[in-house]
Amino acid sequence: MIAEARNLDGKEIKLADRPKFTKKDLVADLPTWCPGCGDFSVLSIYFKMVEKLQIPHEKITSIAGIGCSSRFPYFVNAYGVHFLHGRAAPFATGVSLMRPDLHVFVFGGDGDAFSIGGNHLNHAGRKNVKMTYVIMDNSVYGLTKKQTSPTSPIGFKSKTDPTGAMDHPVNPMKQLIASGATFIARTHSHLPNHVMEMMEKAMQHDGFSVIECLSECTEFYPGAFDAANPRKGGAFTLVPVDHDVTDEVAAYKLAMEPFPGYFGVFYHVQRPTKNALEGKLIADAKAKAENASPMELLQKTFARLS
Amino acid sequence: MIDEKVANSSAAPGGQQPQHGRRIQDAVIRLAGNSQDGIQAIGGFLARLAGRTDKDVMTYMTIPATISGGPSIYQVRLGTGEVLSAGDDVDVLVAFYQHSYNDHISTLHDGGILIYDSDNVQPDPNQKRYRSVGVPITGQTVEAIGGTARDKGKNMFVLGLLARMYDLDVPKLEAMLQVYYKSKGEDVIRNVIGAFNAGYGYDIGKLADTFEFVTPTNKAARKQIVTDGNQAIAYGALAAGIRFGAGYPITPWSSVMEILRAELPKYGGMFVQAEDELAAIAMACGASYSGYLSLTGTSGPGLSLKTEALGWAVMAEMPIIIIDVQRGGPSTGLPTNVEQSDLNIACFGGHGDSPRIVVAPSSVEDCFYTTLEAAKLAREYSCPVIVLSDQALATRIETWELPDFSKLTQDISPNFSARGPNYKPYENAADGIAHHAPPGTPMVDGKYPVVTGLEHDESGHPASRPANHVMMVAKRRRKLQVLTSRLPKAETYGPPEGNVLLVGWGSSHGPIREAVDKARAAGESVSALNIRYLQPLQPGIGEILDGFNHVFVAEINDEGLYGYGQLAALLRARFCNDKIRGINKTDGLPFKVREILNGMHEKLKQSPEPVLARA
Repeated sequence: MIAEARNLDGKEIKLADRPKFTKKDLVADLPTWCPGCGDFSVLSIYFKMVEKLQIPHEKITSIAGIGCSSRFPYFVNAYGVHFLHGRAAPFATGVSLMRPDLHVFVFGGDGDAFSIGGNHLNHAGRKNVKMTYVIMDNSVYGLTKKQTSPTSPIGFKSKTDPTGAMDHPVNPMKQLIASGATFIARTHSHLPNHVMEMMEKAMQHDGFSVIECLSECTEFYPGAFDAANPRKGGAFTLVPVDHDVTDEVAAYKLAMEPFPGYFGVFYHVQRPTKNALEGKLIADAKAKAENASPMELLQKTFARLS
Repeated sequence: MIDEKVANSSAAPGGQQPQHGRRIQDAVIRLAGNSQDGIQAIGGFLARLAGRTDKDVMTYMTIPATISGGPSIYQVRLGTGEVLSAGDDVDVLVAFYQHSYNDHISTLHDGGILIYDSDNVQPDPNQKRYRSVGVPITGQTVEAIGGTARDKGKNMFVLGLLARMYDLDVPKLEAMLQVYYKSKGEDVIRNVIGAFNAGYGYDIGKLADTFEFVTPTNKAARKQIVTDGNQAIAYGALAAGIRFGAGYPITPWSSVMEILRAELPKYGGMFVQAEDELAAIAMACGASYSGYLSLTGTSGPGLSLKTEALGWAVMAEMPIIIIDVQRGGPSTGLPTNVEQSDLNIACFGGHGDSPRIVVAPSSVEDCFYTTLEAAKLAREYSCPVIVLSDQALATRIETWELPDFSKLTQDISPNFSARGPNYKPYENAADGIAHHAPPGTPMVDGKYPVVTGLEHDESGHPASRPANHVMMVAKRRRKLQVLTSRLPKAETYGPPEGNVLLVGWGSSHGPIREAVDKARAAGESVSALNIRYLQPLQPGIGEILDGFNHVFVAEINDEGLYGYGQLAALLRARFCNDKIRGINKTDGLPFKVREILNGMHEKLKQSPEPVLARA
């Protein structure tokens, strides 16, 4: 939608003509995360990806809700939004639908995605709004200092469950498959190459792409994902090569596997995006109205109201 | 009504004898039946006809809050002068059923005319208060168009009866029926016209009076159009250049979103039906952030849900428009009735100090212009604007002058010209107004902003320093104080000084003005003040209050714990003036002129001596 970008002196800015940028140009605030936090890894991979693909600052927005991971936009030198707890997805929907020229990224945690914003995630998936949503799942509320999260396992001791969590946890992959999202992957922040591979695939997908990235909270839930970390003696099992990513039932079966389960792309299909469908609605309506100007349209409508 | 008998000069079709009609300026007709009888269609055609024959019109209807069926009324007031309310009492009551008669006969004024379906209604045979005219509406309709379509045609038969009674422009009416029912096919049109002609041909003149409207003295300069308030809001948004909206269905807001969903694509925009109220306002915030001023809307309970994001929009200084079509509350309350009880939540609802602009349209036409103005204010002051409409405005039909679109339509597409160096979206300038750069805007110094709900410094960066919060809270407040100084000075209807000032807002403005006219005609010193800008308040209100002995705020909400309603409380807080008192009601119905006058007289009796303001 950006027809032209002009400098203050009126000179046109050609985004492509700029010198190649490096990670240094992408860095903004120093992250406020605790030492060892899994989110660092996601941030550095994001920088690497943007650098590799040379996406200009003007073509990205990072949008977040509330939580430790939702501090993400402050650490990236690009357009960003720190919105409300749980409601980053509908905010991003507004941006994505009106601005097809932008790559819309949403960053958040398990509280945002599966608790306070659970319904929004379902509907953004169902509508297949074009964006990439990275859920940094640490299975605990970190910013508020250790309360039970929707993905905390039964028995997890927190300040709200001193004797151990009793509520059945959300299975993120099952929930995402049910939502109707068209690209669904699972990864682990301790394996940067895998995170990078998933992020790139997600970004290239035309539709709602979502990644659950296990991201350890070293402060309030250390060791939560050791069982999936080869360096800690765990098993990082990739999605079997013969898995059919277009088979929803097969994806459910992978999701049913007990922790640590599988990593990789669970589900990937092409379905018209809301962006494309609304675009078609606009094109058809404009053609039917013979591309009339707003004033002509209003005059025609009001002639009928008399 | 004027009692001047004149010969009806128009030749009646169908070989009818010319009739004599009494000349009138104004007629109030109430149609009472069930919601599936199509009585809204009768009212709608009468209203449209009025618009095409230079008459003013206002309608009023009640709809049951049931899924289908139930008693329903439609009241139409037609006049050659300015019509300010739907009328207290009715001149003609058309009763389709016994329950219609029982429930509504009290609204017929002395000497009025009851037309009842003699196939269904048995009126009190002994009363002398009004004239009863029995017409076998059901039987005559069946006779005219056949038995199968009996319920369908009764409304058209009645429209024919009324056309005859009020000497309406039959060729124009028939042309409207042809156009309206065109898509339904030949058979339906034949039945519609058949039933209409049967009604017109029924010699009502033998049984009841007939009337003729006096010719309007000043014909409207521009063409008249006929809409309800929700249509006016939707088209106002389109004219304002709004290209994105999001909402969730709720009565009585829904028809605004239905219109925008159908219309916006033609303008290159879109309206999204969100999963809930929270998502709807979040989407609107996102689209506004992306550079396109956006709209969301709702009714009472939905506004409660939207207040979290409203707080974000205040903090981030993001322009958005929120339409609240008020209904009876709290909770599910009275979904199909009117109340003006969302003023408090609109002005003050939310967490933290969150100044926002609140405006209230006072007529259907004003719904259009207020929405236009809301868009202008949201952009100019970079903040959320709430438009407080209500169920009465949303559903009533009025005639108004065709807007001059060449002067109104505007292009408000985003400004992507490069910003910086040292770009400060939240600069602490004298006017306090933020200036956002939409994503995609090049920044000459290579530093890109984050928009946040955290308290932030001038560059938009999170900052929790005490002095910074003090500065930014003041900045967000100050811009609305700047707006105050730029708003037009408040003006009274009637002299700016006198004994009684009737203050109102929103849909009550019409009946309040009519009350002033009546009171002044009776020699009383009464003026009115409409508060269009509820937050911030216009300048000049304090001086006006000082010019009157008594100030009564008439609003459709409860008198509250301390004896005054929501606007009255706001004015008392602002002006510390204890002569401000309330005329309140909570029956879920629009104000009658009589209710305002009675309320005023009662309060005056309670304290006939002027109450002096404290020094």
